[in-house]
Amino acid sequence: MPEIPGSSGARGTSARVEITRDEVAHLANLARIDLSDEELDHLAPQLSVILESVASISGVAGDDIPPTSHALPLTNVFREDVVTPGLTPEQALAGAPEVEQQRFSVPRILGEEA
Amino acid sequence: MTMTDTLVAFDDVLASYDPALGLEVHVELNTASKMFCGCPTEFGAEPNTQVCPTCLGLPGAMPVVNVKAVESAIRIGLALNCEIAQWCRFARKNYFYPDMPKNFQTSQYDEPICFEGFMDVEVDGETFRVEIERAHMEEDTGKSLHVGGATGRIHGADHSLVDYNRAGIPLIEIVTKPILGAGAKAPDVARAYVAQLRDLIVALGVSDARMDQGSIRADVNLSLSPKGSGVLGTRTETKNVNSLRSVERAVRHEMSRHAAVLDRGTKILQETRHWHEDTGVTTSGREKSDAEDYRYFPEPDLVPVAPSRAWVDELRETLPENPTARRARLQAEWGFSDLDMRDTVGAGALDVIEQTIAAGTPPQAARKWWLGELARRANEDGIEVTALAVTAADVARVQALVDDGTLNDKLARQVFDGLLAGEGSPDEIVAGRGLAIVSDDGALSTAVDNAIAANPDVAAKIRDGKVAAAGALIGAVMKEMSGQADAGRVRELVLEKLQ
Repeated sequence: MPEIPGSSGARGTSARVEITRDEVAHLANLARIDLSDEELDHLAPQLSVILESVASISGVAGDDIPPTSHALPLTNVFREDVVTPGLTPEQALAGAPEVEQQRFSVPRILGEEA
Repeated sequence: MTMTDTLVAFDDVLASYDPALGLEVHVELNTASKMFCGCPTEFGAEPNTQVCPTCLGLPGAMPVVNVKAVESAIRIGLALNCEIAQWCRFARKNYFYPDMPKNFQTSQYDEPICFEGFMDVEVDGETFRVEIERAHMEEDTGKSLHVGGATGRIHGADHSLVDYNRAGIPLIEIVTKPILGAGAKAPDVARAYVAQLRDLIVALGVSDARMDQGSIRADVNLSLSPKGSGVLGTRTETKNVNSLRSVERAVRHEMSRHAAVLDRGTKILQETRHWHEDTGVTTSGREKSDAEDYRYFPEPDLVPVAPSRAWVDELRETLPENPTARRARLQAEWGFSDLDMRDTVGAGALDVIEQTIAAGTPPQAARKWWLGELARRANEDGIEVTALAVTAADVARVQALVDDGTLNDKLARQVFDGLLAGEGSPDEIVAGRGLAIVSDDGALSTAVDNAIAANPDVAAKIRDGKVAAAGALIGAVMKEMSGQADAGRVRELVLEKLQ
């Protein structure tokens, strides 16, 4: 990994990011994406490259650039606690694959209960 | 897969282990609208009648933060002696479960709005300081109804029905640091903490604070460490423990269960546990996900919240008196015994008794009505005493009528009948039902004469100086007057006539 010009401090030094095949498999499971062994073999190295490329941005950012999560320099965008009209149940349920007892019907939920 | 866990007797647990407690309490705020949209928040509405594109997670919908919810969060934090963040963000907690149609819950992750606080909890006169790690803002989930299973539970169900009315209602999650050193009092400390927290929430007026309706929900974390080792053990998280008594029982049960597992030399599995109110046991839920499995990241659709110090100070000014301190003050002012006070608080009658006393009623009389006659009637109807159609002003007026001799206690109870039947104000009921004590001596005198004539034996005894016999005549007169006489005055008349 070449030194990136302008990098400084702890943040700039670690552009090297690796993601293992197991991590990709785990993430795929969390995201409910069914990946075959071949797909995992194919995707894991690619994702590592993508992560490395993205991570190089942190090499460019100096200590004077704070990490940014929002494009807009705004804070405290609020609404008053006032009720506004929403959807009727018919509208709300219009896109539901299945409706029962005015509720969204979903397949059996396995494994966990909120 | 319901197998019965082996349990170790509570005293034996304490001989070998030190418990560590942790509590996560979710408080549903009583805002009129949801956290990020204008949908109403009424409890018990018809399914999917309080939803919109935002809380249904429809494409293109944009959330906007409810300022009242932020205010409530800050006030809760201040009441818990927390620091208030200068700047904090919302985060997406990603998971696949149909209780959130967005496939994530908007929450806060490493930047809670409130952090590093404490609450002093009293148990049997001993004070435990419970350190608060954080209180953060998030949104409630929808409600799932599991269909096809035997008990409405998830196991055996063949599909589930989801109502999103509750999805998006603002929640504050309050998380303690591990509570160490409570020993045998761990179950009581857990209960007392949740009880005091509930009182605080009530005093702040930020939530309905109804555990039975789920507006306060507790998750109980527990671990054991070998006695004196000081090393925290593996914890379990018992979810949705929804009454104070259950909080205590759940801690006790998990202590006994953990001890049995550890005594066998096996390991505690870090997992969530389901609490079963009916049997008082927990069963295995799911293995606890690591926080990173939720792939938290800053919510791009919501800009950061940066409460100004001026705003925080302004909110600090609105804090009510600490409920524990207030209770001690009122008990001293009213001269109530510890038991009286416990009953008052237990009945949820503290405020209404305070209001009654403020309206001029002597403390003991206020307590007598609210915890006696009125509590009995509320109990008959299965409601809280404060839900009766009787106000503090009504009780104060009734007692004033007793004090000025217009009513006696028996007639006063009839006034309460009238109030509960919606017959108007106490004075209207006294007039409408003709309840006032007859102070007209002419009518009383006639009634006394009749009683003497009807009971010659008794009259003779009294003439002979057996004053104690007067009771029988007084009773007869009261009966004839339908109770509407001052028994003291009747006694005077009886004795006047016979001595």
